[in-house]
Amino acid sequence: MSLGSAEVAKIAHLARLAIGAADIASYARNLSSILELVAQMNAVDTTGVEPLAHPLEMAQRLRPDEVSESDRRERFQAIAPSVEAGLYLVPQVIE
Amino acid sequence: MEWETVIGLEIHAQLSTNSKIFSGAATAYGAAPNTQACAIDLGLPGVLPVLNREAVRMAVMFGLAIEAGVARRSVFARKNYFYPDLPKGYQISQYELPVVQRGQISIDLEDGDSKVIGITRAHLEEDAGKSLHEDFHGLSGIDLNRAGTPLLEIVSEPDLRSSREAVAYMKKLHTLVRYLGICDGNMQEGSFRCDANVSVRPKGQAAFGTRAEIKNLNSFRFVERAIEFEVQRQIELLEDGGTVVQETRLYDPDKGETRAMRSKEEANDYRYFPDPDLLPLVLDEAFIESARTALPELPDARKQRFIDQYGLGAYDAGVLTASRELADYYEALVEALGGEPKLAANWVMGDLAAALNKAGLEIAQSPVGADRLAGLLERIQDRTISGKIAKEVFEALWNGEGEADAIIARRGLRQITDTTAIEQAIDAVLRANPEQLAQYRAGKDKLLGFFVGQVMKLTQGKANPQQLNDLLAKKLKA
Repeated sequence: MSLGSAEVAKIAHLARLAIGAADIASYARNLSSILELVAQMNAVDTTGVEPLAHPLEMAQRLRPDEVSESDRRERFQAIAPSVEAGLYLVPQVIE
Repeated sequence: MEWETVIGLEIHAQLSTNSKIFSGAATAYGAAPNTQACAIDLGLPGVLPVLNREAVRMAVMFGLAIEAGVARRSVFARKNYFYPDLPKGYQISQYELPVVQRGQISIDLEDGDSKVIGITRAHLEEDAGKSLHEDFHGLSGIDLNRAGTPLLEIVSEPDLRSSREAVAYMKKLHTLVRYLGICDGNMQEGSFRCDANVSVRPKGQAAFGTRAEIKNLNSFRFVERAIEFEVQRQIELLEDGGTVVQETRLYDPDKGETRAMRSKEEANDYRYFPDPDLLPLVLDEAFIESARTALPELPDARKQRFIDQYGLGAYDAGVLTASRELADYYEALVEALGGEPKLAANWVMGDLAAALNKAGLEIAQSPVGADRLAGLLERIQDRTISGKIAKEVFEALWNGEGEADAIIARRGLRQITDTTAIEQAIDAVLRANPEQLAQYRAGKDKLLGFFVGQVMKLTQGKANPQQLNDLLAKKLKA
């Protein structure tokens, strides 16, 4: 499977990556070769093989439902670009 | 052309845990912005989510209550999209292997029938934060306190055929999650909200029409209105030769309409994949059995028991079991009263419900506890006071004037059951109204009510109504 430039542009947009028009062709080539590798793996007969959700043969540990975190807003907000009234300020996005 | 409406609902129920689904930050509502958002909730580098056992237990309880399969092994996935109130750039959710599999719930229809609605799945996920768009000099303010709050997303089959059915289904689930104690059901605070997938098709057609998804409906009334508007919009569009576009729409309660929200290209391109930070969730039989043991009596079972045990009609039993608190109150009342389930039902659904409604209170906040109300109903039962006087006593109870007996004694409300006293009052009334008496005897039967009223007035409403009727009838005949 090979990707066209429109698909590369779409993937970049979904990932919010700015890529130069001049680079699109090389991205398309590199991504396509990754997909070819996946296609090779897809060709293997996996009948009867359980899907692998995680490489570790372990189950998720559960924690008790206890509040263990205290308020550290001051420290977190010290490294934020912009805050006001306890809120993080970001460029406006309205739908 | 006759159209058929097809609706499926996705309901988000916030689970009532103390801490978040993947972190130890508190989930209390109404805290100052970002004071309950820890490093994990903020998506800072190097943090690792660890799953909250209680959130899992609650999801399992829900699964058992809707007769669903509970997955012995389920997987968390990343749902990728960008929005400022989602700090990681993905939401941890479940995709291919949700913890609760197919189940069902029965809803009551208006014609008295019931209908089984399929529930496709229910999965655990984390909530996002909140964006505040006003008043930050063209910027948005982000509060991440809600980020990471556990949600159970409950997805129905497209089995609902009208806005009313959709509301009945949503109310049924609302009752169920509160019975289970897994969600407080507070819709104003967003603890229980819903997205509706709505489509129409010509009646008799097997294939579904193209659907629109209406987001974030947080009241039963909005769900009903939004669906009705959307159905009408789609029918008009199709009848004018247009086509419905698959899209996400937003309901505007002020205008009472839905409008397009996201473009089609971007919708549903979430690129899910298993979250490498989380191992598969594996549940053993002991865990599932302990959740089963914790199940309370469920609403349908309790309703049936009210019908069988208390001899109530289906409607009354349904009203009284609509919330666990109300059903508990009713049962405490019947127990304190030592019986009289119908008298108790009439008062709980009548005067008490009306007073609570007027004051905007929930049953749990009732100023008149079940014991106090029982004290009043006992006096109706033993005929110390009449039903009419009881309303006055109830008002005094409501206003915190003490026990029923004390109110009755203090206000001298004890019913007159002494025959001689009632007869004296009747005689006085008949003497004072010779004209009406003559008219009555001449055949004007309607005046009976007038005499009853006059005697009641004279006795300040305290004459025993049954005795008064009997004695008055005798006197008038004489």
